[in-house]
Amino acid sequence: MATTTNTALEKEHLAHHDHVHDHDDHEESFVSKYIFSMDHKMISRQFLITAVVMAVVAMTMSIIFRLQLAWPGEKFAFVNAILGDKWGKDGILDPNMYLALVTIHGTIMVFFVLTGGLSGTFSNLLIPYQIGARDMASGFINMLSYWFFFLSTIIMLASLFLNDGPASAGWTIYPPLSALPEAIPGSKMGMTLWLISMAIFIVSSLLGSLNYIITVINLRTKGMKMTRLPLSIWAFFITAILGVLSFPVLLSCALLLIFDRSFNTSFYLSDIYIGGRPLDNIGGSPILFEHLFWFLGHPEVYIVLLPALGIASEVIATNSRKPIFGYRAMIGSILAIGFLSFIVWGHHMFLTGMNPFLGSVFVFTTLLIAIPSAVKAFNYITTMWKGNLQYTPAMLFAIGLVSSFITGGVTGIILADSTLDINVHDTYFVVAHFHIVMGLSAIFGMFAGVYHWYPKMFLRMMNKKLGYLHFWLTIITAYGVFFPMHFLGLAGVPRRYYTNSNFPMFDNLVDVNEIVTYCAIIGALAQGVFLFNFFYSMFRGEKAPQNPWKSNTLEWTTPMANLHGNWPGELPEVHRWAYDYSKPGQEKDFVPQNVPLADGEEDGGSH
Amino acid sequence: MNLLVLLAIALLIVAGHQLLRIIEISRNLKKTKEWQVSDNDNNMMGKFMLLFMLLFFLFFFWQVNRWMDRTLPGAASEHGEFIDRLWDANIYLITVVFLVTNFILFLFAYKYRGNSNRKAVYYPHNNKLEMLWTVIPAIALAFIIIFGLKYWNEITDRATDPNRVVVELYAKQFDWTARFTGKDGKLGETDYRQISGSNSVGMDTTDVNGYDDMLVKNEFHIPVNTEVELRIRSRDVIHSVYLPHFRAQMNAVPGMVTYFKFKPTKTTAEMRKDAYVINLMKGINKQREQEGKEPVEFDYILLCNKICGASHYNMQMNVVVDTEADYQAWLAKQKAVKSVATK
Repeated sequence: MATTTNTALEKEHLAHHDHVHDHDDHEESFVSKYIFSMDHKMISRQFLITAVVMAVVAMTMSIIFRLQLAWPGEKFAFVNAILGDKWGKDGILDPNMYLALVTIHGTIMVFFVLTGGLSGTFSNLLIPYQIGARDMASGFINMLSYWFFFLSTIIMLASLFLNDGPASAGWTIYPPLSALPEAIPGSKMGMTLWLISMAIFIVSSLLGSLNYIITVINLRTKGMKMTRLPLSIWAFFITAILGVLSFPVLLSCALLLIFDRSFNTSFYLSDIYIGGRPLDNIGGSPILFEHLFWFLGHPEVYIVLLPALGIASEVIATNSRKPIFGYRAMIGSILAIGFLSFIVWGHHMFLTGMNPFLGSVFVFTTLLIAIPSAVKAFNYITTMWKGNLQYTPAMLFAIGLVSSFITGGVTGIILADSTLDINVHDTYFVVAHFHIVMGLSAIFGMFAGVYHWYPKMFLRMMNKKLGYLHFWLTIITAYGVFFPMHFLGLAGVPRRYYTNSNFPMFDNLVDVNEIVTYCAIIGALAQGVFLFNFFYSMFRGEKAPQNPWKSNTLEWTTPMANLHGNWPGELPEVHRWAYDYSKPGQEKDFVPQNVPLADGEEDGGSH
Repeated sequence: MNLLVLLAIALLIVAGHQLLRIIEISRNLKKTKEWQVSDNDNNMMGKFMLLFMLLFFLFFFWQVNRWMDRTLPGAASEHGEFIDRLWDANIYLITVVFLVTNFILFLFAYKYRGNSNRKAVYYPHNNKLEMLWTVIPAIALAFIIIFGLKYWNEITDRATDPNRVVVELYAKQFDWTARFTGKDGKLGETDYRQISGSNSVGMDTTDVNGYDDMLVKNEFHIPVNTEVELRIRSRDVIHSVYLPHFRAQMNAVPGMVTYFKFKPTKTTAEMRKDAYVINLMKGINKQREQEGKEPVEFDYILLCNKICGASHYNMQMNVVVDTEADYQAWLAKQKAVKSVATK
C-alpha cells in the first residue's frame, strides 16, 4: 500500500514520529494521496492544475472570437476544427456561438481561473505554510471545496457540448435574455447548466473561504500576531471575507433566476412579449437582478485582485531585498478596498434606468476606492526604490502587475465618473479597462505566484530562461491586445458585437482589430512556453533547495518534502515581521521570521 | 575494537571530506544552477525593463497619432460639449499619471537592478510620504467628483422644456421603432398584451391620445437646437439606446420606461461639412473602396449597446438632425397610427 518513495521523508517521520503520528502518511493509498486528499498542499496543486486547464480552454475561445472580429466572414480551418460544422460551418463562426464563447470565456476567466484558481491555489498553499499551521482548520471541508469546484468545472465544460450551445447572455447573464429560451438558444439548457455549475461553484467558494478565515484566525503559530502576518495572508484573509459576504448574494440572485426560468415566478420579468405571445409575468424587474448580481460582481473584482496584490507584495519585497514599504498602510489599504468594494456596485448600472441620484452616490464611493489603490501602487514602487532587485521570473511578473494595475486603474477614474461613463459605457473602452486592471494584473499575480512558489509546490525549480521569455512575450502581447481597445471604445464600438462591419462608421477600424488579434495569437502561443515549463519542470526540473529566493516567510523553513503536518517536530515560533530584508546590523540580507530578536533589536514591523 | 574506532574515524574523515566536497561542488554549481539569478541576468532584465518602457510609450504615442482622428467627432449636443470638456480634462490628467507612474516604475526597475556588490536600503516606512500620496489623489478625486456630479445631475434631470420634442424609442429583437406625438403632443398609452402583427409597439387601442401618434422605422428626424426627450421602452429583453455622436446612452428595460434628454446642436448637413468629419469619412471611404463597398456619407446612428441576442450587432437606426423647417416638413409626411390602421 505504501506509495511514499521519498526516503528523506521516511527518515523525517521516523525521527519525529512522536510529533507527527496523527499526520502519518505511511499507509496512504493513491486515492487518498492524489485524489481525495485532505492535505492543503495537494489541494492547492489540484486547484492550480484545474485552473490551468480551464485557462487554456478560455484562452482558446478568445482566439476563435478574435479571429472573427479581425476578419469577419473569413474562413478558418481552425474554427471549423474546434467547433465542427454546426457552429463553425466552413470555418465561419456562428453568431450565437460567438456570444456563447464570449460568455463562457468571461465566466471561466473570472470565476474558474481568477477566483477558484487564484485563491484556491495560493490561499490553500500559503495560509497554513505562512502562518505556521499544520494544515487547514478542516482538511475535510477543504477537500469538499476542491471537489465541488471540480464538479462545477465539469458541468460548465459539459454545457459546451449541448445541442443548443452553452449559456450566451454574457457572463453577467442579465435577464430577460438569460431567462427566456425564446430570446437566444443559449438560454435553453445551456443557461440551466450555467446556473447549476455556478451554484456548485459558490458552495465550493464558501467552503474554501470559511476555512481560510477560520484558519487564519485560529491556527497562527506562537508569536504570529496579526500585525506580523505577511501581506499575502492579509490579502487572502480579506478576500475570503469578501467571498463569504458576497457569494451568497449571487446564489440568491441565481436562485431567483432559476425560479423565473423554471417555476413561472416574476422576480425579474414584467411586460414581456416574445415568441409571438405576451408572457404572464408582471411586476418583476431586471434592475433587481443587476443589483443582486453586482452586489457580488463588484467585490468579485477585488476577490480576484487582492490575492494577486498580496502575492506581489511578497514577491516584490523578497526580490527587492527590502521590506515592503508601509506595511501598516498596505494592511489599511486592503481593509479599505475590501470595505469600499461593497458599496460601489452601482457604478455598473449608471445607465440602466437606476435613479440618477443613486448613481451619484456610487460615483462618490467608487472614486474613493482610487485612494487606497493609489497608496498600494506607490508603496510597491517605493519598495523597489534603492532596492537590490533580483530578477526572478516571479519578480518580472510582479512588476508587470504594478504596471497593468496603474495602466488599467487610471481609466477606472474615467469610468467611475457617471458623466463620462455615458459615452463609453459598454464599449471597448470598458473591455480595455477591466482586462488590463483586473485580467492582466490578476493573471500576472498568478504567474508571479506560480514561479515563486513552484519549488514549494513541486519541489523542483522552473526554468528561468523560459520564464523570462514567457514574461516578455506575455506583457508585450497583452498590452498589444488590450491597449488598442481604448481607441475602439473612443470610436464608439460596442462590446459583444459579432462583427463591426454592419456599421460604416467602424470601417476605418479594421487595422485596430487586426493588431489586437495578431497580438492575441502570439500571446496565446507564448503561454505554450509556460505550459511546457510548468509540466516539464514538474518531472525534470532541478531539485529545489531549501530557500531558493532567500525569503523570510515560514514556508521556506519546512523541509522540501511536502510533509503531512508541514513541520517535523515543533511548529516554528515567530519572533519578527516578515520583512526584515537588508536590515542594518544583520549579517545576511534576510532574517527569517522564526529567528529570535537579538538583544535590544526592534521588530521591524512594530512601528 | 581499536579497529572499529579507527574505521569510525576514517569514515568520519571520509564523510567530512565528502561533505566539504559537496559544499564545494554545490558552491561551484551555484554559479551554474540554471534557476539562480546572476548579476548578468539582473543587468540584462533591468535594461529590458527600460527598453520595454520606451517601446510601451512609443506604442502609446503611435496609437494616439494613428487612431485619435478616427475616434468620434466632437459632440453634436449641448450636454455633450460639457462631457467632452470634462473628458479632455480627465483624460489629460490620467495620461500624465499613467506616463509618470509607469516611468518611475520602470526607471526604478532599471536603476536598482540587482548586483551582488550592493545592498538594499532598509526603508520600511515614511508616514509623510504615505500621507502625501493619500492626500494628493484625494484632492484630485474631489475635483473630479464635484465636476462630474454637477454635469451628471443636469444631464439626468427630467426634461422640462415645454417646447421639447418627445420621441419614444421602442426596442425589440432586433430593430427600433420611433414613435412621435401627433398634434395633441401626447403619446398614447401602451399595453404589452395588445401587441400584434398590426400593433407592433403595443398601443392601447382604447386611448384616443394615441390615434394621431406616428410610428417610424429605419430612420427618424429631430430638429436642431430643440430639446429632445427620449422615452425608452423594450418589448422583450434589455437593449440600450446608444447615440454616440450626441453622447447619449440609456438602457431599454422591459417593464419600465427610461428617459434621456439632449439638445442637438448640429444638423446632419452641418456635420457633413465639419472638417474633422470630412477627414473621418475620407478614411472610412478609402477602406470601403479597398473592400469594394459603396462610399457612404456621414450619418448620426442609433446603436444597440446591450447584448440582446444573435443580431445584436446589427440593431440600428439612422438619425437625421434637421433644421426646424425641414423637420416640420418631414413630420408632416408621417402617417398617424389611426389612418394606417383604418386603411
